[in-house]
Amino acid sequence: MKKNNLKAWLYMLPALAFLGVFLVYPLIDVFIYSLEEGYNSASQTFFGVGLYNFGYVLRDPYFLQALKNTFILVMITVPLSTGLALLISLALSSVKKLKSLFQTIYFLPYVTNTLAVGLVFMILFKKTPYSEGLVNLLINFFGGQSVDFITGPYWAKMFVLCFYTVWVVLPFKILILTSALASVDQHYYDAARVDATPRWRVFTRITLPMISPMIFYLVITGFIGAFKAYSDAVALFGTDLNAAEMNTIVGYIYDMLYGNSGGYPSYASAAAVILFAIVLTITCINLIVSRKHVHY
Amino acid sequence: MEKRKIRKPLSLGRVLCWALLIFWAIMVLFPFYWMILSSVKSYSAYNSEYIPSFFTLHPTLENYFYAFSTVPLGGYFVNTLIFTIATTGIMLIVIILIAYAFARLDFPGKDFVFALILALMMIPSELVVITNFVTITDWGMRNTFWGLILPSVTSVFYIYLLKENFSQVPEELYKAAKVDGCSDLRFLFKVMLPVCKPTVITVVILKVIECWNSYVWPRLITDDESYFLVSNGIQSIRESGFGRENIPAMMAAVVVISLPLIILFLIFRNKIMEGVSRGGTKG
Repeated sequence: MKKNNLKAWLYMLPALAFLGVFLVYPLIDVFIYSLEEGYNSASQTFFGVGLYNFGYVLRDPYFLQALKNTFILVMITVPLSTGLALLISLALSSVKKLKSLFQTIYFLPYVTNTLAVGLVFMILFKKTPYSEGLVNLLINFFGGQSVDFITGPYWAKMFVLCFYTVWVVLPFKILILTSALASVDQHYYDAARVDATPRWRVFTRITLPMISPMIFYLVITGFIGAFKAYSDAVALFGTDLNAAEMNTIVGYIYDMLYGNSGGYPSYASAAAVILFAIVLTITCINLIVSRKHVHY
Repeated sequence: MEKRKIRKPLSLGRVLCWALLIFWAIMVLFPFYWMILSSVKSYSAYNSEYIPSFFTLHPTLENYFYAFSTVPLGGYFVNTLIFTIATTGIMLIVIILIAYAFARLDFPGKDFVFALILALMMIPSELVVITNFVTITDWGMRNTFWGLILPSVTSVFYIYLLKENFSQVPEELYKAAKVDGCSDLRFLFKVMLPVCKPTVITVVILKVIECWNSYVWPRLITDDESYFLVSNGIQSIRESGFGRENIPAMMAAVVVISLPLIILFLIFRNKIMEGVSRGGTKG
């Protein structure tokens, strides 16, 4: 027994060592960092303990801009992408021909490099001296004015960011919802048909309740994912997101840590703790709401 | 006759349904089409088109040669390949061993340790990246492969996935093997792994996608171009370009970077989609 005991710990040693050094220790450390005032990364000294870092971050206009951007992004993309994914999955489950071809196509964005394809989106939306860009030509064709989507007005940039985010997150949602729809027991639909239930009623009374746990799962993961948005924005607007007014909370954390404005791990930690608190709060609210509406 | 009666009122719905499916398929495919198209247009042809044309009669591969010769695209590729293979390989060994311990070996405190590890799943990576950055910098591992690889060789979720699968292997097999004098390690590699191969493959695929697309950590830990991964490479091409704004060459680089995963996806389509629906998180 003793020997077996030792062996078990030996099997676990590598994983526990890695988890300890790169997950547990940093988790404790980030809270400590966030409370150390005036931390100097060169001399590794600080002069006090308190909430100053949080106050600094919450008053920093760049952080407030990032906070605003992230909230707008979350509030637009989460409902939009979930709704669109639901529509597409419903359409997908009602056709038989070409279904697997469509599924393959819809999944493609998942396996592509966000940074690389973001560049293509930038080209499509960008207005340059020698070309209006494809999207602007389309707008012109329908009689609208060209807009500079990449370096132009705030809402144009936000539109591109939301559009690209939806494009990136849809594959996962479509995949989950399609398999959820396929697993609804066919007997319910047969019973509804016998009763000649109208289609809309079948949808709201059978389909929606049956897949509600999956929709709810997607809403939660969608919120968490959207709050951590960063590389989509980098792909479209470059690494200097503060200048583009398109920074996100995660972007702010990395900028504080490293790069031209970097070298402030305390501020980065405070921002990370704030992000964690926001995500935790939103997830809790989601859980409470789901108790009332999700049918298990 | 009966059938027609039911079908007819649905026809508007069916049209809308197909319209939506085709619309989104075009939305997904168009950026891919556009990047391939732009990458085979010559530099002068691309820049002289005020209204970009939707096809080209003179496809050229010069942009690909240009992209490979002016920026170390090949180097980015090799780096990403080394990073992906090393990370996935080390991770497999680490998580297989611990998953086996949880599934087959008995020791006091097992359930407690397992619960603790599951609790770690809730920690967002943004929270720990700050200290990891400081740790790796202190260890002098910036701009090294170890610095890139070490923080990402464990994944709580994959440990959980493997442990669940290992537990399903019948206990009798293990007892029989023990009677025959088979060691634990031998049993793990000769029996457990072959039986659980589908889950192992799922984990490998998900990890490979994650590694190939990783951007944030490599950006923090490398500023030397010779250690750039493809994501960082494409970003630096975007920022500094090819000396001049050469969009066709940029698109050629994008095609080259996107291709490996797309090919992998087309080959292992079902495996990947099943794996992602079990354990994907992007989105």
